[in-house]
Amino acid sequence: MTDSLNQLGKLAAAGVIDRRTFMKQAAAMGASVALSGAVLSKAAMAAEPVTGGLLKMGSSGGESTNSLDPATSSSAVPFLNGHQWGDLLVDIADDGSVENRLAEEYGSSADAKTWTFKIRKGVEFHNGKTLTPDDVIATLERHSGEDTKSGALGVMRGIDTMKVDGDNVVIGLKNANADLPFLMADYHLVIQPNGGKDQPDAGIGTGPYKMMVNEPGVRHGYEKNTNDWKSGRGFAEQVEILVINDDTARVAALQSGQVHMIERVPPKIVELVKRIPNVEIKSAPGRGHYVFIMHANTAPFDNKDLRLALKYGINRQEMVDKILFGYGSIGNDMPINAAYPLFSDDIEQRQYDPDKAAFHFKKSGHSGSVVLRTADGSFPGAVDASQLFQQSLSQAGIELEVKREPNDGYWSEVWNKQPFCTSYWGGRPTQDQMYSTAYLSSADWNDTRFFNEGFDKMLLAAKGELDTAKRKQIYRDMGTLVRDDGGLICPMFNDWVEGVSNKVGGWAVNSNQTMMNGQALSRCWLNA
Amino acid sequence: MPYLLILVAQRLALGALLLLAVSALIFIGTEILPGDVAQSILGQSATPEALANLRRDLGLEDPPHKRYFSWLWGLLHGDLGTALTNGVDIASSISKRLYNTMFLASVAAVIAVPLALLLGMIAVRFRNRWPDKLISGTTLGFISLPEFFIGYLLIYFVAVKLGWFPSVATVYDSMNFSERLAAVALPAATLTLVVLAHMMRMTRAAILNVMQSAYIETAELKGLSSFKVIFRHAFPNAIAPIINVVMLNLAYLVVGVVVVEVIFVFPGMGQYLVDHVAKRDVPVVQACGLIFAGFYIVLNMLADIIAIISNPRLRHPK
Repeated sequence: MTDSLNQLGKLAAAGVIDRRTFMKQAAAMGASVALSGAVLSKAAMAAEPVTGGLLKMGSSGGESTNSLDPATSSSAVPFLNGHQWGDLLVDIADDGSVENRLAEEYGSSADAKTWTFKIRKGVEFHNGKTLTPDDVIATLERHSGEDTKSGALGVMRGIDTMKVDGDNVVIGLKNANADLPFLMADYHLVIQPNGGKDQPDAGIGTGPYKMMVNEPGVRHGYEKNTNDWKSGRGFAEQVEILVINDDTARVAALQSGQVHMIERVPPKIVELVKRIPNVEIKSAPGRGHYVFIMHANTAPFDNKDLRLALKYGINRQEMVDKILFGYGSIGNDMPINAAYPLFSDDIEQRQYDPDKAAFHFKKSGHSGSVVLRTADGSFPGAVDASQLFQQSLSQAGIELEVKREPNDGYWSEVWNKQPFCTSYWGGRPTQDQMYSTAYLSSADWNDTRFFNEGFDKMLLAAKGELDTAKRKQIYRDMGTLVRDDGGLICPMFNDWVEGVSNKVGGWAVNSNQTMMNGQALSRCWLNA
Repeated sequence: MPYLLILVAQRLALGALLLLAVSALIFIGTEILPGDVAQSILGQSATPEALANLRRDLGLEDPPHKRYFSWLWGLLHGDLGTALTNGVDIASSISKRLYNTMFLASVAAVIAVPLALLLGMIAVRFRNRWPDKLISGTTLGFISLPEFFIGYLLIYFVAVKLGWFPSVATVYDSMNFSERLAAVALPAATLTLVVLAHMMRMTRAAILNVMQSAYIETAELKGLSSFKVIFRHAFPNAIAPIINVVMLNLAYLVVGVVVVEVIFVFPGMGQYLVDHVAKRDVPVVQACGLIFAGFYIVLNMLADIIAIISNPRLRHPK
């Protein structure tokens, strides 16, 4: 009976028979009302995407100063915008691997120094221009040249040569890099006609939606691109991103049905949001982490024993429970967790140990308090986390002085300037990228002032190593080195937590970036 | 009347000087703030090269006084310039925001001012009896609550539970007048509750002051109804202090509503200004500051003029 009932449910969900007929026939089969209802909703979940309608998202991280130029994106709303009107060469798939977008296929030479991307044919930009490999080159140039102001400059630096070869774009690297495709998935690198050199903030790309309304800090409205080259996306007729920075207002908008999905539900109120009927909480384990960073070359943090004392003096589980309310996982003083490819899970987890902390503190010879600078804006709950840290350290007899700084100007005046402060990292798709961004001696954002020649050599070796097992071993050694020697105290990795109305179908977990890696509006649909 | 014209001309000239001083102060203030626009735009992802490139593109390498005077020169030619952060023309983006702010302020004022005056008069009519105490008690209660709390209360009960009005007050160009009214209903109600008490209390106190006069007693002895005495005889002589407070509150409705804007996601001037202060976008901050200062100056002038017109002794000075 169950099989035929399920069959019936699918018919009902697909609209072949109506609900009343379904219930009647199901009753004739002897199914209870509850069972038939369950079958019906299960079938509806797996049903075909529904097209049409206006799908709305409420998002924080938008300001009236935002521009549509993807080079200057650094908060959530500009990132989401880029994923509506534009496409990357490749993007990160739900399983964390690389997925083709405007590149139809890609491959590398045996030494991983030359990479070839075959550019998709017959793709049109929203202005009617056909995509060519020259547009791709121009885009990469705009983000790399000497005079660029792009946030992707860091990832573009390793590129030595770029040229068009028929339908292909060939990229030559200064050093071998087996992870180049991941770098091309950087969200700044949206492919624009002539690379956006003519008008970088035109909002014209090849994406599933055409930009119709652009009111920075207020809303961004899009209409379906009927000429989309990709199937399986762009179901809603129109989509809209409403900028709602206030947490309470965002939740209220979801609750009253004015938006269908919201970005970033504060962990503090997740339990309350769960009680709202017709709303579901979606969480995805991420690579983002909240950190306490010490400059390993500045007194008193240039003393390894003091660093170890502080590392042993933090209660990681307490942080996850009280700061993330369980929506996250504990860190191990390295910037890598299980969400990364080639992660070794056998590195010993550092535990809170006041005795060891006291031992190392005594050995370090430091006397007096240690000053930690923090601000609410450095990560959600940073001030509370600093106070928890203060308490757990006091158990070991270490005095932590928490200095509160204003949010305004924190990134320019405190972070990467003061020797000990709170911060966050959004994570990167690969270990190589994370380490190259912030732990290589020459990295711009080496915010722990970690200068270790051996580490740099290993990073370079891993880049060119195509044997996965060997590479994994190198990354294991690097992680251990940062964990024991570095200036990073990483107590927790935070999950992406989002709220979605049950009118929305097609939600998937993609932990690369917020809102299904920016694809929530184009891959979800409104159930009729 | 020429006296009044001279006064207005004097006030306008002083106002212009004041605006100049305000613009200089704002400029100095934003210069003193740590970090610059390039650092704020790039945020945590700033590299030294990107910073230098951006600074060069934005013309931040010029010395501050040169930037200030070139901005002033542009302003005198009616050019507010473009925002440093996203290159948008300031005049066109501000005019939209200003319109929204004015719309919200007008809706709130049209409800709040007559209501406050009426409640004040009712409170005088029934002074020290229960209607007076009820009015004073509730309005004082609302002014004591922080405005974000009133906003959240309204969102919870009116938007979420009852579903009468939207909690997100985003207004669009394509909306017609009644849709706009529905959209701003909750923020306007919040603002009304916030400004009501101040104006109501002042109306009550000013009229009560006049009610001690001998001519009021005469009016009462003539047998006029007590409300007529308050409205026709006491109120006109109490206008001066009331109008001052009303103007202060109107100015507040224009310049002080950023918290309400954030809660209701209303695209007004307040949020626009705060975003640009955070990014150190000096030209926009300057433009907003001038507009806000201009409002204060004009509204204060208006208060003085109305006070003079309403008082024959000031209207015809010896």
